[in-house]
Amino acid sequence: MSFSGRNDAAASNMKPIQVKLVLLGESAVGKSSIVLRFVNNEYQDNKEPTIGAAFLTQRCKLDDRIIKFEIWDTAGQERFHSLAPMYYRNAQAAVIVYDITKPASLEKAKTWVKELQRQANPNIVIALVGNKIDLANNRAVPYEEAEAYANENELLFFEASAKTGTNIIEVFTELAKKIPYEQILANNKNLNSRPGQNENGRVNLVDQDNNNQENGQCNC
Amino acid sequence: MDEEYDVIVLGTGLTECILSGLLSVEGKKVLHMDRNEYYGGEGASLNITQLYQKFKPGQEIPEKLKGHDREFNVDLIPKFAMASGEFVKILIYTDVTRYTEFKQIAGSYFYYKGDIAKVPVTEKEVVLTSLIGMAEKLRLKSFFEFIQNYDENKPETHQGLDLNTVTMKAVYEKFELEPATMEFLGHALALQLDNSYLDRPAMETYNKIMLYMLSMSKYGKSPYLYPLYGLDELPQGFARLSAIYGGTYMLNKKVDEIVYENGKVIGVKSGDEIAKCKKVICDSSYAKDKVNKVGQVVRAIVIMEHPIANTDNADSVQVIIPQNQVNRKNDIYIASVSSNHNVCPKGFYVAIVSTIVETSEPEKELEPGMKLLGEIVDKFVYVSDIYAPANDGTSDNLFISKSNDATSHFETVCDDVKDLYKRVVGKELTMEGKVVRGDEN
Ligand SMILES: Nc1nc2c(ncn2[C@@H]2O[C@H](COP(=O)(O)OP(=O)(O)OP(=O)(O)O)[C@@H](O)[C@H]2O)c(=O)[nH]1
Ligand SMILES: [Mg+2]
Repeated sequence: MSFSGRNDAAASNMKPIQVKLVLLGESAVGKSSIVLRFVNNEYQDNKEPTIGAAFLTQRCKLDDRIIKFEIWDTAGQERFHSLAPMYYRNAQAAVIVYDITKPASLEKAKTWVKELQRQANPNIVIALVGNKIDLANNRAVPYEEAEAYANENELLFFEASAKTGTNIIEVFTELAKKIPYEQILANNKNLNSRPGQNENGRVNLVDQDNNNQENGQCNC
Repeated sequence: MDEEYDVIVLGTGLTECILSGLLSVEGKKVLHMDRNEYYGGEGASLNITQLYQKFKPGQEIPEKLKGHDREFNVDLIPKFAMASGEFVKILIYTDVTRYTEFKQIAGSYFYYKGDIAKVPVTEKEVVLTSLIGMAEKLRLKSFFEFIQNYDENKPETHQGLDLNTVTMKAVYEKFELEPATMEFLGHALALQLDNSYLDRPAMETYNKIMLYMLSMSKYGKSPYLYPLYGLDELPQGFARLSAIYGGTYMLNKKVDEIVYENGKVIGVKSGDEIAKCKKVICDSSYAKDKVNKVGQVVRAIVIMEHPIANTDNADSVQVIIPQNQVNRKNDIYIASVSSNHNVCPKGFYVAIVSTIVETSEPEKELEPGMKLLGEIVDKFVYVSDIYAPANDGTSDNLFISKSNDATSHFETVCDDVKDLYKRVVGKELTMEGKVVRGDEN
């Protein structure tokens, strides 16, 4: 498995497979920080929320495919438990984050797992991520406990740190390997006539590809 | 909560969410609250468990519907988007298109002399239709030519009819159209709900006919679009837009009182807290003392296992029953969608039959529509009041949206959005280009 930026993608003339990935988890566990670390390899201690970004994109090359992650952040709607279900309804991948220093955040993560099992696309691939391992001195959630829960529920499991960068790329790499691409491709077949419609009546109101600039490099 | 906001929005219906999104994009500090724990207000989409809880509490859920909650998103209020209408323009302008996928409604039908017929629009369809005779077809053809060539600024295209001044009735008379054709044009194309339009200036109906024809020509099967996963995807999409631009969201939040000082809004009270603000936008349920009841709509939400008969097995349709056909003042509408729209499991169809209440037995008024549905699994019938704000909010800074009306599309919602926007912001909503986005990479 290897990763590369968009120029390689253009050169090899492959159409990227778009994968919608959502971040979920209690407020302040580090969701936005994880995205920022993955997409821009940045970290800020008191990061103001990104204003006006519907989602961030990051491309990865996996075997002979180019995957374009469309990474959706909660835009702060989780702060008062007001996240709209449309956010995760058609996601193909989810990163559910908790804070290893806050046991309550693992409980919240578990309710997200249940919610996705109940409401989301049945083939969604989920990773459970215990963030802030740089604060291992204040650890309040044992690794084994979270790992056992993840195994039971067939989730990928990592402990990571957006601050130091530990394991962040690995989360996305392992997710990328598990996504059922054949299904996504089969689905997309019905969607590719744009603007316009296809036989089953889906329409594209605008050409969305062109108004979405890409991130130059890939940090995978 | 104890900060000061430019605008507090109460209720997460579509009108409120669009406004919240537009205002946040402009940099206004917005707090958006809803007493419910879900988005959409009156226009929410429910699963089966919620549907039975709301309409038939305590009643056993039929075996075949049980355990399918994930697949059900049943709308409470039936509406479609006109493909060339203002709502689609707002979606494109705000880029909310990227949150939701749309699908065409497969057919547009109307009820005539006891049968369902496809609404003819193209010249070919008009020539082929068995609904009207040959001579009338020629008259209708010249009417359509007139409509299509009409240009406000070119009097030579007016044929002596200034649509801003003459009534629609006068236009029909000029082309010597038969009552059946008028009914078809006014109700199936212009989507007028009653006949009061005949005596109003023709421009209104002209615009509505043009909207139908332009929308029809956009994708081909019908002028209507529907969002996958149900209509409450739309308020959710605009709420996300608002949040992305800094809007704060609080669902499941008790709203106790709108607080005034010297006759002007200064905040909203919830429990012990008061959130301060300069202006409040809300739906009528948050300001019951400041709205007037202007009518009632009766709706039957119906779950079926087959498409509506005589619609070519369409997975989705709109059927209009013009008032005259069933001796009413107001048309009856049927809107039907299916598993292809991710609103119910495979093999099921959801239809909503609705009309404006005219009698003391509203459910009975729906019968002509219910008859067209045939056998059903279950139905949920309810009457809702339509409210209009008592004043325009410019004196007290409380801006109240109109209730969901009986129209079958979002155009009146857009009118209200623009109108409210103008009153709240003090300038017209111009939708040029795209909303400015932040540092999305
Ligand atoms: N020590 C440490 N702090 C972190 C780490 N990741 C995030 N933080 C800090 O935790 C706080 C919250 O991080 P965010 O990324 O804003 O959290 P969030 O989950 O996006 O929060 P909401 O947007 O409110 O839902 C910030 O002060 C971050 O700097 C980490 O790996 N280690
Ligand atoms: Mg965040």
